[in-house]
Amino acid sequence: MIPELGHFSLILALALGILMAVLPLLGAYRGIATWVAFAHPAARAQLVLVVFSYLCLTWAFLNNDFSVAYVANHSNTELPLIYRISGVWGGHEGSLLLWILILSGWTAAVSLFSKSLPALLSSRVIAVMGLIGVGFLLFTLLTSNPFSRMFPPPLEGRDLNPLLQDFGLAVHPPMLYFGYVGFSVPFAFSIAALLSGRFDSAWAHWTRPWANMAWMFLTIGIALGSWWAYYELGWGGWWFWDPVENASFMPWLAGTALIHSLAATEKRGIFKAWSVLLAVLAFSLSLLGTFLVRSGVLISVHAFATDPARGLFILIFLGIVTGSSLLLYACRSSAIVSRVRFYPVSREMMILVNNVLFGILCFAVLLGTLYPLIFDALNLGKISVGPPYFDFIFTWLGIPLLFAAGTGTLLRWKKDDFSRMRKRMLAAGIASASIGCLTPLSMPFYSFGVAAGIAGGMLVILLSLSVILDRMGHKNRMRNLRTTPRSIYGMIIAHIGLGIFIIGVVITTVYSIEKDIRMHTGESYEIGSYTFVFDDVVSREGPNYSSVTGIFNVYRSNRRVALLEPEKRIYRVQKSPMTEAAIDAGFTRDLYVALGEPLESPEIWAVRIYWKPLVRWIWLGAIFMAAGGLLGATDKRYRKRAQGRNIHPAQHPA
Amino acid sequence: MQAQRRTRLLIVVMILIGVAISAVLTLLALNENINLFYSPSQVKAGEVPPNASFRIGGMVVVGSVERNPDSLEVSFDLTDTAQVVTVIHTGILPDLFREGQGIVATGKMQDNHFLASQVLAKHDETYMAPEISESIKAAYGEKSIEPVY
Repeated sequence: MIPELGHFSLILALALGILMAVLPLLGAYRGIATWVAFAHPAARAQLVLVVFSYLCLTWAFLNNDFSVAYVANHSNTELPLIYRISGVWGGHEGSLLLWILILSGWTAAVSLFSKSLPALLSSRVIAVMGLIGVGFLLFTLLTSNPFSRMFPPPLEGRDLNPLLQDFGLAVHPPMLYFGYVGFSVPFAFSIAALLSGRFDSAWAHWTRPWANMAWMFLTIGIALGSWWAYYELGWGGWWFWDPVENASFMPWLAGTALIHSLAATEKRGIFKAWSVLLAVLAFSLSLLGTFLVRSGVLISVHAFATDPARGLFILIFLGIVTGSSLLLYACRSSAIVSRVRFYPVSREMMILVNNVLFGILCFAVLLGTLYPLIFDALNLGKISVGPPYFDFIFTWLGIPLLFAAGTGTLLRWKKDDFSRMRKRMLAAGIASASIGCLTPLSMPFYSFGVAAGIAGGMLVILLSLSVILDRMGHKNRMRNLRTTPRSIYGMIIAHIGLGIFIIGVVITTVYSIEKDIRMHTGESYEIGSYTFVFDDVVSREGPNYSSVTGIFNVYRSNRRVALLEPEKRIYRVQKSPMTEAAIDAGFTRDLYVALGEPLESPEIWAVRIYWKPLVRWIWLGAIFMAAGGLLGATDKRYRKRAQGRNIHPAQHPA
Repeated sequence: MQAQRRTRLLIVVMILIGVAISAVLTLLALNENINLFYSPSQVKAGEVPPNASFRIGGMVVVGSVERNPDSLEVSFDLTDTAQVVTVIHTGILPDLFREGQGIVATGKMQDNHFLASQVLAKHDETYMAPEISESIKAAYGEKSIEPVY
């Protein structure tokens, strides 16, 4: 009964979504205020319906209702509680429901936080998001209903894919979806602006915090995915240029360009048309990512659905959304004019550099990801594009990018002068160059690439920090710091994050020691100053798996630094083996041990032993970036107007 | 105004040059890093250019996996049901590597063996990479492409 209620509630959400999409747009066109105003209550009611539907599916998971086919395929009575909750999005149908839930969440959030917006604009935004929701609700109800029953119900479920039974992967999809779907808000703002033909810097002011929030979630989502791949796939790599990773990386690159160009649009009234286009592209790339991942054209752990009908549906939906918005853009963008002077030495110039570089990077990733598909479609053969291609492009474009990221934070809007900060740039340049040149000396061997990478990362960090000095001025230093807008701190922190990330990447990439060896119990192996002793192999039982666990003690100058217990698990239901790496995480290095396979006897194993210096900095950098995005999105100036509205509600008829 | 226009033109020209250079570099890098996929039959028919790095895929022949007792070197035969190529790999095989299962390996031919730098067996038992099922189809006809488990 309850699954049917969930299904019914989803159908109601669809019906409401159609009204929510059509009425406000028609009302805006024909000037009917009540139709326009309908968007707000509809958005909130839709959220209630979708939440109810989502809870129904969760209920089915918690109660092991295996008569629901989706639950039977993705759960099991032995599955621990947390994975029964995360199992709701562990398969294709449920992850779509999560997508819809998050979309209706964002839509309701727009309705709640848009009190300062013109009523027409906010209703149009909600209507556009409603249209997207209709597409996804139709997709779910027509091709992938999570509530469909199975008769006769099996006694036991087929269990959640063991790869997904992990904390990192339990939280990775919601974060990623918050990001993906979050870009529908700037997208909807763009479409609403194109429909109305009004582009002022207020548009950028309203769009910016949403873009920042979406970007923050996407950053966290991608970082979680990377972290998960690092410890769960058992390979110790943090990024593989896998098409599925690229699918999430492309909207991130476009989104990064978007949040920067929106800054210039808000502050200086330039790049208006470009910002609108970027918002459309960022969301289109999110949809493209969904298509690539969900359609089964890519081979991956994410490709739950290999049903061609589903892929076709998303492809058509992607075509309609992208095609119609680009058409609208082509018709209307000539109305967008910027009449602002543009000086070569200014922050907007560096943002231009940022946008050009991120544009190229995004296009290069798109090309590398789609090239094999195009090649195959033209019957030219089956190819894959190797990581060196991506590494090459990101290395060479990364250099000007770091320079722009460093100086851009320091330069002022409109017109600035390099001579104003010659001293400071010189000092930062010398300091970062010497840190860059000296650090590799403490490493096993010298690498000029690492020296350059550290110097670039340090330059960004030092120049960003010097913005604080700039803000302090000469008098009233503390007061100046207190009155500095939160978004400036956001910028500083995010750019410092970039520096940390770059330093982590170059050092891990060049200096990691990765050894695949055969080891007998009792044997030891030395990496650098660490001695790994393979003490024993024991059998253990988990809640829904059996495991073989290796006992490794790690010593450094005769002192034990870590006990590592890597596991080889066999999950009872799906019978698939899983490698659980054991990691001693540290600020300066990770010690990583994973069991490969047993060789001739149960005491002899193929073992991976890794020493990964500074690998944590990669995710630490991402955390800094996300924190910066959050600070930027919650700046006082975005909240002020909403508060003003509470005092004088009569001025803004809803 | 004149100077303003000139700087603007300069900026545009510089961006265009930058974009053009990056586009050329991108395409060059792309061409250098493409790995074509070949089936064992294509390899035996000599379709692979000498010394090229490529990917090969097929089913691991049951009973063909042999290990070197002193190192992590392992060799196994890969087939598309028509031809067989011996693959040699030094390292740890993926969790889902099993005899009778489809795998994809990246590497080069050397003395009639495929020297694999990477071996991938993807994701679950009922799954077969589309490349492999297609090459089996090509070698064996449409009759049976379903893997037997």
